[in-house]
Amino acid sequence: MSDLSVNVCGVNFKNPIIPASGVFGYGREYEELFPLSALGGIATKGTTITRRNGNPSPRIAETPSGMLNSVGLQNPGIDKFIDTELPNLLKKNTVILANIAGSTIDECVKIAEKLSSTDVHMIELNISCPNVKQGGAAFGTCPETAGEITRKVKNVLPDKPLVVKLSPNVTNITDIAKSVEAGGADAVSLINTVLGMRIDINTGRPILKNNVGGMSGPAVFPLAVRMVWQTANAVKIPVIGMGGVSSGKDAIEMMMAGASAIQVGAAIFTDPFAPIKIIQEMNDFLDTKKIKSISDIIGSVKPW
Amino acid sequence: MKYTQGKYIIKNKSAIAKNTYSYTVRCPEVADIAQPGQFAHIRVDGFTLRRPVSICEIDKKCGTIRIVFEIRGNGTEELSKLNEGSLIDMLAPLGHGFTLNSKFKKVILIGGGIGTPPMLSLAQYYGEKSVAITGFRGAGSVILQEDFKNSGAENIVCTDDGSYGIHGFVTQPFGDILKKGGIDAVYACGPMPMLKKISEMSKENNIANCEISLEERMGCGIGACLVCACKTKKNDEEYFAHVCKEGPVFNAEEVIW
Repeated sequence: MSDLSVNVCGVNFKNPIIPASGVFGYGREYEELFPLSALGGIATKGTTITRRNGNPSPRIAETPSGMLNSVGLQNPGIDKFIDTELPNLLKKNTVILANIAGSTIDECVKIAEKLSSTDVHMIELNISCPNVKQGGAAFGTCPETAGEITRKVKNVLPDKPLVVKLSPNVTNITDIAKSVEAGGADAVSLINTVLGMRIDINTGRPILKNNVGGMSGPAVFPLAVRMVWQTANAVKIPVIGMGGVSSGKDAIEMMMAGASAIQVGAAIFTDPFAPIKIIQEMNDFLDTKKIKSISDIIGSVKPW
Repeated sequence: MKYTQGKYIIKNKSAIAKNTYSYTVRCPEVADIAQPGQFAHIRVDGFTLRRPVSICEIDKKCGTIRIVFEIRGNGTEELSKLNEGSLIDMLAPLGHGFTLNSKFKKVILIGGGIGTPPMLSLAQYYGEKSVAITGFRGAGSVILQEDFKNSGAENIVCTDDGSYGIHGFVTQPFGDILKKGGIDAVYACGPMPMLKKISEMSKENNIANCEISLEERMGCGIGACLVCACKTKKNDEEYFAHVCKEGPVFNAEEVIW
């Protein structure tokens, strides 16, 4: 057994694997299959200030080696999350990252204020949702706005680590990462989904009712590894990597690129046990290579 | 809700109509808890998303379930290539099934096309107390008729082109039976326009228990990802319910068309 534990901006994770926001709800459904305590952490479904119904269906489409989604942040709102979901999650002996999103900076600040007095371990600020018309990606594609929203949210979260989740739908992700670092982010997570589209050629209509949606799954993995590597080299704060990770080998690769922890999304749809298998495969890799601690591989890639 | 994920052996495979396949799968822990109207979420090699397929028959004694599916695209085409003896990766049984009531004296089961299979497990539960009305495009796509006969249900078949059974839609014999009265429940699965019409007709005839099974593109299959939303009413408020967990079976009165 190797040491799989990692420390991300002061928070200890027993292993680096975290189901990504959106695929895992609040964990209730997966608890039927495995104990949540086996996970390094859980990023909860994106929460907004008030309840959101989300976009009309269909909200999902398959793509070669991946998928598109356009859920549009359906959630019960921050108060209900804090009252009914968070207390249950905090009993599960795993790190809880509360993912939050707003359509204005003020909304994000209000949500963060409400969470600041809870026992949640980390906040993941989503400035990159491609499926909502206001806020979302609009914050995450302009370095100045991304920095401003980070500063204002961090201001009300002096005691909680703030992770800012970045969009890949930008010309230069390192500009955004540097800007949120300057704004006080304790870590960044990337990549959110890549904006995509599919059309049913028999009807001439897009498959998604929202026309476009966020692409994830193995197809985006190389793109994600590249962006994690660039970002990890551009900022001093930790990077939580995600995007198409579906095996222990993928997770190791992304950590070599510079990720301190890994989120797993679409792979859970293919195999609900994916996070558990990934943890086991990472352990096997380290054992085979006689590497004592997973932390030793973070950013260990030797570029040409 | 209890469910499990595993790789199970296909005991029997048959092609029951053009592009339509039936697999009987040995999975005692699934069969033991499965209810009519629930589904299996099936992994297909080479695809990111699982395919939801409704459960057609549940045999608790033999520890098997039967699934019937139609080739709709690349994923179901790949799924159809499995053979007897192959392993099938299923997450099952999932979803909220049909409400069963042993006190009901007469029920109507309506299946449209590939919406027919889940009606068979209901026919096997209600037996002679049920009338099964199934509708298909034409004779070439008629399925499961022997099974419905063996269940004891009164069996009515319609085809759009008149090449088998009654020429016309399922709503015609359904209307005739409704007129006679004495119906305790209506259960239906099939295309949306058919379900909408059946819901309206049931309401007009004051059928309190009309349950319909809906279909939507799905992600996780267990209610976590919120992908398969459908518009419903909850306490008179509009609400996006999820077909995989709160459904696939809904009371017709809850659905906003």
